[in-house]
Amino acid sequence: MSYLFTVSPDFTPDHLSGWYIFNTWLQRQTEAAIHLEVYDNFHCQRKAIEKDSVDLIYANPYDATMLIRDKGFLPLVKPVGVSDEAIIAVSMDNLAEDVAHLSEKISVAFTDDPDVRMMGMIMLEPGDFDSSNMDLKTVDTYVLVAKEIMQGNCDVGIFLAEAFDSLSIMVKKQLRILVRSEISVIHHSLMLGPKLAERRDEFQQILLEMNANDKGKGVLDSLGFSGWEVYDEEEAEFMIDLMDTLLM
Amino acid sequence: MLTNMKLEDIEGEYQETTLSLYQQIERKIYYTEIETPYPDGKLIVSTTDIQGVMTHVNKAFIEMSGYSEDELIGTAHSILRHPDMPPAAFQDLWDTVNSGKKWQGFVKNLRKDGGYYWVKATVIPNVRNAEVVSYTSVRRKPSRTKVEECIKLYPTLF
Repeated sequence: MSYLFTVSPDFTPDHLSGWYIFNTWLQRQTEAAIHLEVYDNFHCQRKAIEKDSVDLIYANPYDATMLIRDKGFLPLVKPVGVSDEAIIAVSMDNLAEDVAHLSEKISVAFTDDPDVRMMGMIMLEPGDFDSSNMDLKTVDTYVLVAKEIMQGNCDVGIFLAEAFDSLSIMVKKQLRILVRSEISVIHHSLMLGPKLAERRDEFQQILLEMNANDKGKGVLDSLGFSGWEVYDEEEAEFMIDLMDTLLM
Repeated sequence: MLTNMKLEDIEGEYQETTLSLYQQIERKIYYTEIETPYPDGKLIVSTTDIQGVMTHVNKAFIEMSGYSEDELIGTAHSILRHPDMPPAAFQDLWDTVNSGKKWQGFVKNLRKDGGYYWVKATVIPNVRNAEVVSYTSVRRKPSRTKVEECIKLYPTLF
């Protein structure tokens, strides 16, 4: 039997090869046939989840409710010390020092990364921005978000902080950070689908011990992680509740 | 356990009053006109049990309230109750979450040093096995326009 593994499409391009290496490592450790399918965007990934095609997922926290409540996924592990943070950036020429100083109507560029978009919208709220005074533009990548600002097509960009930090120096010189989130409690996690549920303890143990040897550490390095820690039901329920409060 | 505020914790010129909480507890408080601005990009997160006693607070909660984690855990959330907040707002909060729904509103919170800070608060009941077992509250930076509206509205609700 072959299982399908997928990764939240918002990973930084530098880590794409890392996820393939991780998948190979995981197959060896678990002796399970696991195919890594990387979807271009969240829409395609959610369609696959809806069809029950996915058995293992490195999931965006925004999707936790759907995965756990609707599709019977089980929380497994989360990367140690990694959280999702967002950045609101404007052009270097923009004089605003605060979101409240932006013009009354703004155009905002972002990607389809759902938790980052949500955090960005929360950070724009203190400036009295909502759907009535924002023109929204979704683009494919964070580099394109930067381009929208630099070319003057959009006033504001919402970035995953990690993606913003990895933009080239030349691009960053043309942008200015207005707000950087310090939320700390929103993070991705690895979750198991119903077909793998009975192997949960085994998978969890293998992943928790991953940084105990050089080979495992090397694979973790390629993902930018130092290790995995337990992600249990209560923590996942907390994430669902947290998302619930933030979506209001 | 909710105790009276201590004068030695207060910074600046203060006023004194006694709050009646849940029509049961009386708490002497001291409050000043010093506002601590809500920091950009942060969320204040806490969890309480069904009696409103705090079981979890995050770092931003500790920083903004001025209390230590030890002082907060095991204490009623109403330690933050400011005398300018109309009791009707909290009645609405509890009526809403006790009926299993989310509540959202703008709240003026009282700091340990007598100062205050405004938040946009969302409270949700945490349901486990079809039973409400606790409440999670998340506070974010409010818009100044909304705060100004509340400054005008709340005195009319007493």
